[in-house]
Amino acid sequence: MYVATKGGERAIANAHAWLAEERRGDTEIAELSVAQIRSQLRLAVDRVMAEGSLYDPDLAALAIKQARGDLIEAIFLIRAYRTTLPRFGSTRPIDTGAMACDRRISATFKDAPGGQVLGPTFDYTHRLLDFALMAEGEIPEAPRAEPRTEPTPHIVEFLNREGLIQQEAPTDDTPPDLTRQPLELPAERPLRLQSLARADEGFLLGLAYSTQRGYGRTHAFVGELRIGTVEVEMDIPELGFAIELGEMIVTECETVNQFTGSKTEPPQFTRGYGLVLGQSERKAISMSLVDRALRWKELGEDDAGVPAQDAEFVLYHGDNIQATGFLEHIKLPHYVDFQSELELIRKLRREAEQAATRQEAAE
Amino acid sequence: MTAQIPDPDRRAWLGLLATAPAGRLKALWAAAGLDPDVTLLRAPEIGAVMVRGRTGGTGAPFNLGEMTVARCSVRLPGGAVGHGYVQGRDRDAARLAATIDALMQTDAAPDLRRAVLDPLAAERAKAKEARAAKAAATKVEFFTLVRGED
Repeated sequence: MYVATKGGERAIANAHAWLAEERRGDTEIAELSVAQIRSQLRLAVDRVMAEGSLYDPDLAALAIKQARGDLIEAIFLIRAYRTTLPRFGSTRPIDTGAMACDRRISATFKDAPGGQVLGPTFDYTHRLLDFALMAEGEIPEAPRAEPRTEPTPHIVEFLNREGLIQQEAPTDDTPPDLTRQPLELPAERPLRLQSLARADEGFLLGLAYSTQRGYGRTHAFVGELRIGTVEVEMDIPELGFAIELGEMIVTECETVNQFTGSKTEPPQFTRGYGLVLGQSERKAISMSLVDRALRWKELGEDDAGVPAQDAEFVLYHGDNIQATGFLEHIKLPHYVDFQSELELIRKLRREAEQAATRQEAAE
Repeated sequence: MTAQIPDPDRRAWLGLLATAPAGRLKALWAAAGLDPDVTLLRAPEIGAVMVRGRTGGTGAPFNLGEMTVARCSVRLPGGAVGHGYVQGRDRDAARLAATIDALMQTDAAPDLRRAVLDPLAAERAKAKEARAAKAAATKVEFFTLVRGED
């Protein structure tokens, strides 16, 4: 029997009212401002911008507040908002070689020009809870030194000069855009990188870790990791030239991978690439490992049949908004579907019981 | 108005206006005491641009993610046309940027440069330098320990 039902408006309205109250929390405690989130929870803001795929720290902070700190919910809000914006155009590719680096390290070359710059890192902290942060207090000013004014060269350029690493020749191709056309396979590297740049950090971390543990081993070194500010330029038709539209913090990781050569390529180092909006080196490193694993076909490597090499598996499951949408929809009313399942099970049980009775009678 | 050729000066002030903190832009403008009668050619609007990167930093372009931008175009009574693009979603800042771009093509340019653009440029350079100085202080100085072989 099919029964259409309607209702729940009052319950929904009251649930949302309670949600607003819970979001605010204890009114004895000062309300958190969006500016505070933007300024003091910056790495959460960066993650929401990266996976929401929209660089706007104010909006990301607002989304975090609205989502009560649930970052995937916040990313959902940003994704929904960005669909309402008209697209003014596409920028010129950012020049990460001209980045004003806050941090720049290499695990392969100790004495690279520009040096090893640690930046505001958690590395080398003892990971002991700092109870001093529970009290208000002045923070001592960070020390300063003579600033570097010239651009910091990319470290893999040094291997490039010797021809020991696979080249990345610039092109002016228009890249595919998965926000405009549905993601289809086979996906070329630019499309894969767009997908990975907005993919879930945890999903990429798990996949990247799996390649390290042996599921598609690519033996990666972090050739270079840099975090800093880049200028964003776009050609403006009404002006007839390109102007700087803004600046953004990005994290870039280049891995250098052992490669013994294949039928098509000589023995050389190969590269994996990670580029993420905001500061997120865990994600940038993960992205570059997964990018490298996905390149097996173009480098003529064997298909080891591991998850990180499977573009369909990686690209179709890395988007946390698609994933959470499909996953969580099963909690919504499925009364009719379930009713039919229930009827079916009852019928099968009846038939099984009748068959058993017949069998007993026959014996 | 002169032909629209790549103009390094104009390119520089447009970039400065695009990246200026909206609050500073508005405060400096207010202090400049100008209030031209502008006609809107394109009403202030908020949108996004798709920011691109390159594979391996130098290779083929790919779409990295979007960035919010506000823009506006105005015309002054004298005919000068200004285009304003600013990062973020501040329509008033976009309108201001367009107005300043138009005024910079008139006799008001020297005063405006002194009152708005020069301070913005100085503040931007100072902030950039402060960050670079903090980064420089975290640069590792390696030293080699003497080994006992010789």
